[in-house]
Amino acid sequence: MHIPDGFINAPVSAAAGVVAVAGIAVALRRSSRELDDRTAPMAGLVAVYIFAVQMLNFPVGAGTSGHLLGGALAAILVGPWTGALAISVVLIIQALMFADGGLSALGLNIVNVAFVTVAVAWPLFRLLVRMLPRSRVAWMGASFVAALVSVPVSAAAFALEYAIGGNGTFSPGTVLAAMVGTHVVIGLGEGLITALTVGAVLAARPDLVLGVRDLLPKPELRTAPPVADGTRAPQSTTEGSPA
Amino acid sequence: MSTVRRSAWAVIGIGLVVSLLLAGGLSYYASSHPDGLEKVAEDVGFLDTAEDSATADSPLSDYAAAGVDDARLSVGIAGLVGVAITAAVAFGLFLWLGRRHRAEPAEVVPDPATTP
Repeated sequence: MHIPDGFINAPVSAAAGVVAVAGIAVALRRSSRELDDRTAPMAGLVAVYIFAVQMLNFPVGAGTSGHLLGGALAAILVGPWTGALAISVVLIIQALMFADGGLSALGLNIVNVAFVTVAVAWPLFRLLVRMLPRSRVAWMGASFVAALVSVPVSAAAFALEYAIGGNGTFSPGTVLAAMVGTHVVIGLGEGLITALTVGAVLAARPDLVLGVRDLLPKPELRTAPPVADGTRAPQSTTEGSPA
Repeated sequence: MSTVRRSAWAVIGIGLVVSLLLAGGLSYYASSHPDGLEKVAEDVGFLDTAEDSATADSPLSDYAAAGVDDARLSVGIAGLVGVAITAAVAFGLFLWLGRRHRAEPAEVVPDPATTP
C-alpha cells in the first residue's frame, strides 16, 4: 500500500505533503487529551508493533499479498490523534531507511495510511461499541469491522489521488474498482490482526485500550481495611485513584 | 499505584518481545507476492511509472541488510534494526509529548477556576 515515487505527479504529491504536515501539527496538539501516563508508553509500543507487523505480508490469492496498515489498531489502542502520529512515525522511518514508500510520496502515504484509516476506523469503532454489549468479544468484533472497512477506503483515497494526479492515462473508475476490490480482501486480514491484538490487550489490561476505557466498569475503590488509627486512609485514596 | 504501573510496563515489555520476534524471525516467511497496490498497478498498467526511491541505496533498503548474503539473516537484521529505531523514535516522542502536555495543562483545557 506504500505508494512509490512516480505514481502520482509532483503537484498532487506536494499538496498531500502539505496536508500531512498540517495533520501532524494538529495531531501533536490534540494528542494531549489522549497521552496520559498509560497511553504514552503504549503509543511507543503501537508504533513498534505496527512496524513489525507491516513486514508480514500475507497472501490474499491471485498472486497478491497485503499487510496491516494499522490505523484502526492504533486509534483503538491509543486514540485517533496519537494513533495517527504513531503510524506517521512508522511511515517516515520506512521511507527514510527502508525505501518502502517514496520520499516524494511520503505525504500521500501519511494521508492515506495514517489519517484516512484512522478517520474511518475511529468513529466507526466508537459507534459500534456504544451500540454493542460491553464485552470483550463485542469489542473484538467492533475492532474487526472498523479495521476491515478502513482498508478499502484508504485504497479509494489512492484512487482519488490517482484520478487527480496520476502519471498515466488510465480511467479513474478502473483504478478505483481494482483498488477497492483487492483491498476488501486485504481488509479481512487487517480486521483479523486488529481484533486479535485488541483482544489480547483487553485480556491483559482492558484499561490500556483507550477506545473502550470509558465503557469499563468503574474501578472498585481499593480501600484499605479500616485498621486502627486512620493513617492508611490518605494512602489508600492515592492508590485507588485512576493512574 | 506502583503495581499498576509495573503491570502496564509488563504488557509493553511483552509487546516489544513479540515485535522483535515478528520483525526478526517471522518476517522471513512473509509473502513475497506484490502487495495490493503494486498488483493493481501491474494489472491496470501503470507499474512502470514507479521510480526508485532516493533512499533505494540505503543499507537497509527493501528490508535487506546490505552485504548479508543469507536471506533469513538479512531480513531479520533489517527487522531488528527497524524495531530498535522505531522504538527509540516513538518512545522518545510520546513520552516527551506526554510529559510536555502534562506540564502545560492550561494550554490544553482552560481551567474555569482560574479564568473568571
